[in-house]
Amino acid sequence: MSRYFTEEHEWVEVEGKVATVGITEYAQEQLGDVVFVDVPAEGKQFDKGDEAAVVESVKAASDVYSPVSGTIVEGNDVLADEPALVNTDPEGDGWFFKLELSDPSELDGLMDEAGYKKFVAGL
Amino acid sequence: MTDFIAEMMERLPDRLLPLDAWHRERGGRMVPFAGYQMPVQYEGVMAEHLWTRENAGLFDVSHMGQVLLTGDAPDVALESVVPGEIQKLGVNRMRYSVLLNDEGGILDDLMVTRRERDLYLVVNGACKYDDLAHMREVFPDEVVITLLDERALFALQGPRAGEALASLIPDVASLYFMQAGAFTFDGMSLWISRSGYTGEDGFEISVDCDHAAQLADRLCALESVKPIGLGARDSLRLEAGLPLYGHDLDETVSPTEGDLAFSISKRRRSEGGFAGAERILEELAEGVDRKRVGLMVEGRQPVREGAELYVGDRMVGKVTSGGFAPTLGAPIAMGLVKAAFIDMGTVLEAEVRGKRIPVTVAPMPFVPHRYHRAKAV
Repeated sequence: MSRYFTEEHEWVEVEGKVATVGITEYAQEQLGDVVFVDVPAEGKQFDKGDEAAVVESVKAASDVYSPVSGTIVEGNDVLADEPALVNTDPEGDGWFFKLELSDPSELDGLMDEAGYKKFVAGL
Repeated sequence: MTDFIAEMMERLPDRLLPLDAWHRERGGRMVPFAGYQMPVQYEGVMAEHLWTRENAGLFDVSHMGQVLLTGDAPDVALESVVPGEIQKLGVNRMRYSVLLNDEGGILDDLMVTRRERDLYLVVNGACKYDDLAHMREVFPDEVVITLLDERALFALQGPRAGEALASLIPDVASLYFMQAGAFTFDGMSLWISRSGYTGEDGFEISVDCDHAAQLADRLCALESVKPIGLGARDSLRLEAGLPLYGHDLDETVSPTEGDLAFSISKRRRSEGGFAGAERILEELAEGVDRKRVGLMVEGRQPVREGAELYVGDRMVGKVTSGGFAPTLGAPIAMGLVKAAFIDMGTVLEAEVRGKRIPVTVAPMPFVPHRYHRAKAV
């Protein structure tokens, strides 16, 4: 298993052909209290960079982009009732969706944890 | 996630609040607002909102314009551009009003207090220079307009605000809602009114900039008081059903459309003689084409400013501000809606990202006001 990060503050955890996607600790901190999350339904297909989910905090609405191309195998339905999980456990139980990778080579363009930390420090 | 964070990272404008360092020391996250860098939150909007509803919150609203009108008959001059009764406003009494253009649209909303020697106005930060220019243009030369830009302004709001401020300045206990007076405390000269924009009891306190940190420190040393950011100020005023200028009100919206007919005093209704009176008096008699209403939102997804409101295929209005109401645990909104669809209980649909979300026209305030009013005699 390995974890990748994007400049859009998403994390991608890959196990076999399936990637789990969420937003980072830094992103939830910037967003503030999350009050609503809309996750994609099973079977939806996304290209890398497509709007895949919506996260709304008290302050603002933001899109979550699919960091890689693929087909949704599961959305995290728990977030409908407990959107605050995105604040309390963004890189764990607060995951957004899982998708089956259509082009695993896209992962090569993403950052590793050390690279992301450096990226955030430079913001 | 890019859009939101990019917005937060936008180059900040240069104007700093007198208490800029004070906010940063307390973890305030500064964002651009009304031409200033202002604290949007300290520990989090939700926690700060709920704290203010249960205790007392200190808001730095020094971006707002504090304006003095002196000289010859400033009340008569002001009445030419606001629809409220100003000439008979008692000393140390205040009134909410709106600054009108000749078409009856609202240029700004403001508080007017008659003091012994002047009229003291508090206007919105984003509008203050335009307001000054407009008043200079329409007022006679004998009226002197002074921006008090050496004074800071705080709002102390919440059910424990009265007890908190009286523990430092016992005499403020004598003020009721929309009354004001001069007080001294710890060597500072303060102008304090019992007013605010959260729906709670509370005060607005004007202090010279050199003493602003001293006053803020004394207040925040109290166990019931915490500093509160702009984010919670917005969600509190939304729950209280109070309009935000530039969003719920603008220069096309009349006070009648803005559901602010209460600000048009009885004498002024019969006499007219204020900017835009023709339109506004006609709307009072004949009704309006559209009106600002409250909207309860089904489900959990917030419906925000700009969302279009529909009945079937017909667009009947727009959301002017909306968000999540922490006190209610549900999204709420305000919108300008065509008059045929403003009856309480009318169900409309808001379009959000291509989806239709049912919203119901609802009475405001969403959360009851708890002002410290003088008892009826």
